[in-house]
Amino acid sequence: MTGAVLVRELRRSFATTTAVDGASWSAGAGTVTALLGPNGAGKTTTVECLEGLQRPDAGSVQVLGVDPWHAGPDHRARVGVMLQEGGLPTSSRPLALLRHLAALYAEPAPLDELVARLGIDEFARTTVRRMSGGQRQRVALAAALLPRPDVLFLDEPTAGLDPHARLEVWDLVRTEATRGACVVVTTHSFEEAERLANRIVIMAAGRVVADGTLDEVRGGRSLEDVYFALTARAAR
Amino acid sequence: MSTAAAAARRRVLSRAGFETRTLLANGEQLLVSVLLPCLVLAGLALGSVPDLGPGPRADLATAGALALAVVSTAFTGQAISTGFDRRAGVLRLLGTTPLGRGGLLAAKGVAVLSVLALQVVLLGALGAALGARPDAGGILPTLVSLLLGSAAFVALALLLAGTLRAEAVLAVANLAWVLLLGLGVLAPTDQLPGGLATVAALLPSGALGDAVRLSFVDGAWPWSQWAVLVAWAVVGGLLTRRFFRWGG
Repeated sequence: MTGAVLVRELRRSFATTTAVDGASWSAGAGTVTALLGPNGAGKTTTVECLEGLQRPDAGSVQVLGVDPWHAGPDHRARVGVMLQEGGLPTSSRPLALLRHLAALYAEPAPLDELVARLGIDEFARTTVRRMSGGQRQRVALAAALLPRPDVLFLDEPTAGLDPHARLEVWDLVRTEATRGACVVVTTHSFEEAERLANRIVIMAAGRVVADGTLDEVRGGRSLEDVYFALTARAAR
Repeated sequence: MSTAAAAARRRVLSRAGFETRTLLANGEQLLVSVLLPCLVLAGLALGSVPDLGPGPRADLATAGALALAVVSTAFTGQAISTGFDRRAGVLRLLGTTPLGRGGLLAAKGVAVLSVLALQVVLLGALGAALGARPDAGGILPTLVSLLLGSAAFVALALLLAGTLRAEAVLAVANLAWVLLLGLGVLAPTDQLPGGLATVAALLPSGALGDAVRLSFVDGAWPWSQWAVLVAWAVVGGLLTRRFFRWGG
């Protein structure tokens, strides 16, 4: 197996619940991989192991050839992360927050361009607690793009966005992949997966139940049909 | 294509600056960290109750207010801000950046000391205006007392913030602030009745209050109170390391 992101026989349990049960998949540079699956399928746990936030019980994960749990600051500077809950301090304002986060990197992406492209300047003086869900999503995405990452993990990046903003985010994600980044998008949106991803990984009950290009996974059917067939079977 | 991490010092100072500015821009935090210690100092120095023990009243009042400032910033303020940051996923997100968990803890320490420095200057000036004339030889041990007290209370604040829900942290931290005022922060522990005096002297509040009073007013080096504060810092730190949860 080769790739910027490697997951090998990953297992992770919490008390009596097995969140990930022997999952294996990989993703290469310059690609967008969509990670699909119902709630509780093990997607977030898998990605959190890749982000270095959780330690695998068994198996292994590697990002850019490094075990993320033991990774240092220079490795983390090559990885952009957008968490589902955002991770934004509620009393902060977006520009001050992004300026602070940019200072963690030696040569961050130009902040003004990023802010303008994501339309953050429209609500630059609003505190996070007063922002809409979509505005928070845009700030969280900007934070993930600050390092001009080699690997980018996006957890439901367009949830809560209006259609125009969603297109802009998809365009940004494609730009990152074209630049050479390995992008992993966790999503519940079939449209997002079909329009963005070179590769689809479907998880259910902690296992990978489909892994391949969009055409390989679909096999002549719609992605939605395949998803429901595979995840319903795993649930039984 | 991608970037390297900024230098460790820059990362920590950037975060510390962000946390300090956030704290100073927060009205409730300013109330607890700056306004209330100033009001307490003025009230104690100008009033005649409670009994602050032997020594010039303005000196004793300033010492108590300095100890209160530590509790406000290192414990109450830090517990509440960390608890709510944890709930919002801020701690998890920062753990994925070059700052990392170690850098975040270092930044929190720097932020607490920055605010404490501001409090010391403000309370020192107000205390002087109210007639406090501390022993010059007591300045160094006073700073040591404030540092050790900060270490103990930050460790306890992180233990609270990393184990309870944000709303519970808010309630416990504010309640503790009120209770600790009467357990040795503002007045000497030996003014308390019977067994409570012994218990309070072993609490971080009593050890800190007594240490600051002994050093600030008498110019003493209060080794036994420092030992209590170090013990709380070590135990609190170990418990925090064991039980702190970065996620909500």
